[in-house]
Amino acid sequence: MSNLRTPLYQWHVDHKARMVPFGGWEMPVQYTGIGPEHKAVRSTAGLFDISHMARVSFRGTDALALLEKVFTNSVATMKDGQVRYGLVCKEDGGILDDILVYRWPYEFAAVINAGNRSKILAWLETQRTGMAVEIQDQTLDTTMIAVQGPKSVALVAGMFADDVSALKYYYAIPSRYKDKPCVVSRTGYTGEDGFEVIVPNALGVTLWEEFIAKGAVPCGLGSRDTLRLEAAMPLYGHELNETIDPIHAGLAWAVKLDKGDFIGRDAIQKATADTTRPVRVGLEIEGKRAAREGCPITDADGTNCGTVTSGSLCPWLDKSLAMGYVNPQFASVGSALDVDVRGTNLPATVVPLPFYKRKK
Amino acid sequence: MSNPSNLRYATTHEWAKQDSDVVTVGVTAFAIEQLTEPTYLELPAVGAALKAGDKFGIIESYKSTSDLYSPVSGTVIERNEPLVDEGKRKGDPKPVNDDAFGAGWMVKIKLAPSATLDHLLTAEQYDQQLASEGH
Repeated sequence: MSNLRTPLYQWHVDHKARMVPFGGWEMPVQYTGIGPEHKAVRSTAGLFDISHMARVSFRGTDALALLEKVFTNSVATMKDGQVRYGLVCKEDGGILDDILVYRWPYEFAAVINAGNRSKILAWLETQRTGMAVEIQDQTLDTTMIAVQGPKSVALVAGMFADDVSALKYYYAIPSRYKDKPCVVSRTGYTGEDGFEVIVPNALGVTLWEEFIAKGAVPCGLGSRDTLRLEAAMPLYGHELNETIDPIHAGLAWAVKLDKGDFIGRDAIQKATADTTRPVRVGLEIEGKRAAREGCPITDADGTNCGTVTSGSLCPWLDKSLAMGYVNPQFASVGSALDVDVRGTNLPATVVPLPFYKRKK
Repeated sequence: MSNPSNLRYATTHEWAKQDSDVVTVGVTAFAIEQLTEPTYLELPAVGAALKAGDKFGIIESYKSTSDLYSPVSGTVIERNEPLVDEGKRKGDPKPVNDDAFGAGWMVKIKLAPSATLDHLLTAEQYDQQLASEGH
């Protein structure tokens, strides 16, 4: 099966992006370099083509009921225009995906990981039986662009029919761009302030180039990954999968056990009392070598006590950082461990997450 | 990107430049483009004996970690020290990114008796390899 291409594909190729397959799409991994792109986001503003993320709408009298059933966070308590992060779990509490839910006066929407699009659509199809809800996959009709970094607010000034700089964090507004409908949300996956914008495909390149003309630096998925790692945001397929529950992933805040029944609730409730399973931690590794996914973590005696799920030298902090799962007795901050990187044991310390937090 | 015609190439993307019995070794600009900018380099100690095809070091980028393979057989007589971390001194592999065929050289290897570069690809053959891989 060949990979899908976003409406910005030709732009990426014309601007010397290195393209790689990701989640069923052909995406830019970098333009000039992961380091400079990462630093641009932390210091000014960076631009990401995130059109590969799946965008799905939910309409009908049971739209709320369906979302409450499949989503671990509360939807009923959301205000119009609010955006909320949460998980979609199986009955056993294993995570199928981490998603964003948007609440509008007239419908709901969700942004789903690219690689999980067909899995989640199939899951929703199974779960909606007997419910009056219309689910529409709008991924291929729209372009989604993220502008991230401290200069984002200045950058969006005057671009949209509404003053989107007034948006609160994790809120969205339906607006107009070049007189066509668009959605702007104050969300992101970099640890910086910023916006994510959904426009009709016909305006994708126009919006992208307007951001660039205003000084945003085009960034690829390479820096998106190092940025989210520095900000300690989990990535599905690494920190999250179907064998990990939200509690041990450190995402209890995105689970509302008291909101009423939802799929996985009982198992997650049990997981809150389970003190034996490995938990997600942050590791700072001595030196500049990176720990990679799958590297074994050992205790002072050399006994295996965990596994790395993501790791890289992080461009902004200039430290070798990793996330991974370790047995709970080794999970406290300050715990001294080793990471086995291709046969070399590198000393590592458990440090608080997130590694990086922007100044407000 | 062009691969200099005065160099020979390994299929694993190292280049080799012969000056009588000393061979300078690095990795190609193509390899660096694939790896993305290097962040860490590990090289063998001076005096290390290598056979052609032996792993001789590690190159890391923000994205990936890869092994380096010696294109020739011989003994390491010099390393490009500023690229390498050693004790408290933090090396910077940036020259590998900026000038893969020049300032980014990694080691100099004194050829073992009877060792040659004959098994390595010419620039033209290496170009063909990249083309056949779809680059």
